[in-house]
Amino acid sequence: MQRRVIFNNRILPYFLLLPQLIITGVFFFWPAAQAIQQSVLKQDPFGLRTQFVFLDNFRTVLSDPLYLEAFQVTIVFSLAVTLFVMVVALFLAVMADRQIRGAQTYKTLLLWPYALAPAVAAVLWNFIFHPSIGIFGKALNSWGLHWDYQLNGTQALLLVILASSWKQIAHNFLFFLAGLQSIPIAVVEAATIDGANSWRLFRRILFPLLSPTTFYLLTINMVFSFFDTFGVIHALTHGGPGRATTTLMYKVYMDGYVNLNLGHSAAQSVILMIIVSGLVWLQFRSMEGKVHYA
Amino acid sequence: MIARQTRNLPVHLVLITAVILFAFPVYLALIGSTWDAGVIGRGQMPLTPGPLLIPNYTNALTSAQGSRITGYPVQVLLWNSAKMALAITIGKIVISILSAYAIAFFRFPLRSFFFALIFLTLMLPIEVRIAPTYKVMSDLGLINSFTGLTVPLMASATGTLLFRQFFLTIPDEYVEAAKVDGAGPMRFFWSIVLPISRTNIAALFVILFIYGWNQYLWPLLITTSRDMETIVVGIVKMMGTGEAQTDWNLIMASTVLALLPPVLIVILMQQWFVKGLVQTEK
Repeated sequence: MQRRVIFNNRILPYFLLLPQLIITGVFFFWPAAQAIQQSVLKQDPFGLRTQFVFLDNFRTVLSDPLYLEAFQVTIVFSLAVTLFVMVVALFLAVMADRQIRGAQTYKTLLLWPYALAPAVAAVLWNFIFHPSIGIFGKALNSWGLHWDYQLNGTQALLLVILASSWKQIAHNFLFFLAGLQSIPIAVVEAATIDGANSWRLFRRILFPLLSPTTFYLLTINMVFSFFDTFGVIHALTHGGPGRATTTLMYKVYMDGYVNLNLGHSAAQSVILMIIVSGLVWLQFRSMEGKVHYA
Repeated sequence: MIARQTRNLPVHLVLITAVILFAFPVYLALIGSTWDAGVIGRGQMPLTPGPLLIPNYTNALTSAQGSRITGYPVQVLLWNSAKMALAITIGKIVISILSAYAIAFFRFPLRSFFFALIFLTLMLPIEVRIAPTYKVMSDLGLINSFTGLTVPLMASATGTLLFRQFFLTIPDEYVEAAKVDGAGPMRFFWSIVLPISRTNIAALFVILFIYGWNQYLWPLLITTSRDMETIVVGIVKMMGTGEAQTDWNLIMASTVLALLPPVLIVILMQQWFVKGLVQTEK
């Protein structure tokens, strides 16, 4: 798609595009190309000889139990975050969508956590759930629950899920609320006159009409929990205890940046690129024409 | 509507509970920042403010030296974050508005190709290619430099898509009138396109500033000297492994200072923020 009336300069558009193209070329495509290249090569330990090994690195990575474990953690973690965030956000949005006093104030007071960096959220939740000084951590221990997320993998995963969800609930809340407010009031009134109670109204009318928003948020939340939660994990658990909170994203950081295992890290990067491409594709599919925001 | 009025009380209760739960972590941080490290370390922190508000914040801002941690003055970290966030925000807006202008208002060979290239960057976030990107940065000598910290984050597919979308809605008559009046493309850009884009620019500015301020992985990789450290990275380093006996009062004071700028922006500029958030993701 393009405008009908345009300017006819030959050189100028290239100059206008130049800064963007330089940055994407040097800092996006060049490293991505190197990742793809390294993923099919193998270097000896001294970096003297490089050999083309085709898909060997992928085979090694995909049959590595540690990688598969990280895969599993990622799936559990991202499904838990996505589900938790969407259920809470949708519930709050349905509540705030009612014709009540102070609706605008509630919106403001539920929106601000979006501004928090994931790592900052991790510091705040650590202060609450710290086993010996945190107010909830201490309480859980005094009830005999043996709360210590630095030792217990399941507890660590739960805490990381909670800290990651907080900010994202604010984000989803805004989109669900906008989606609900774009539903014509006549539709809601017609259902009410026909005798639908709140639950039936939600189940039969509101939820189906929201489905484009829901699908869109589903993809956004998957991308968020795959990649943007690095700060939470890095600040709170460092992927541990053991490997209980090591997601694919955290593992590619550890292998590539900390442990410097380049071939394997490159293969992992390529796998992640494929996953992101799929998610971005889904996301754009979900926006095609059907979604309306206020 | 009448049926709804009677159910208002439970709705208010649910929403008030959510508001309190959302605010609780920040409230605790505020309280923690007013006590001394000993009270917190013994697990005896009350839920009401203590006497040390001013000493704790003064210490955090000017030295961040406690009995257990040797931080870096938080005022420097805040300033570093502000510089980084502003540079990324302004850079992204300038770069994306220029490329969107080229793509929307000109026809030239490889136009669609370049547009696709910009779009493709969405599929290559830094997070998935840490090691090769770090290699490129160190080959170019950009580790520990302000250029290295900000310029690679200035490419913006979403900004370009947003401005292009908006430019396509500018009526053809405007362009024709400009041509009749003898205005060239850059004159048209300055006098017409930029002024009518200002609400989009403002909305994008709010979103991108928060994005820039909250960066974590990139500063963690690129900055190694403490005088370049950003506030978000700084407080995580202060917290370390989160021992019970550490200067939690200073960590909490620094955390409050770290979250204040982006939270205030969301609250005070809510209209712009909502517009920006909905647009950039649309």
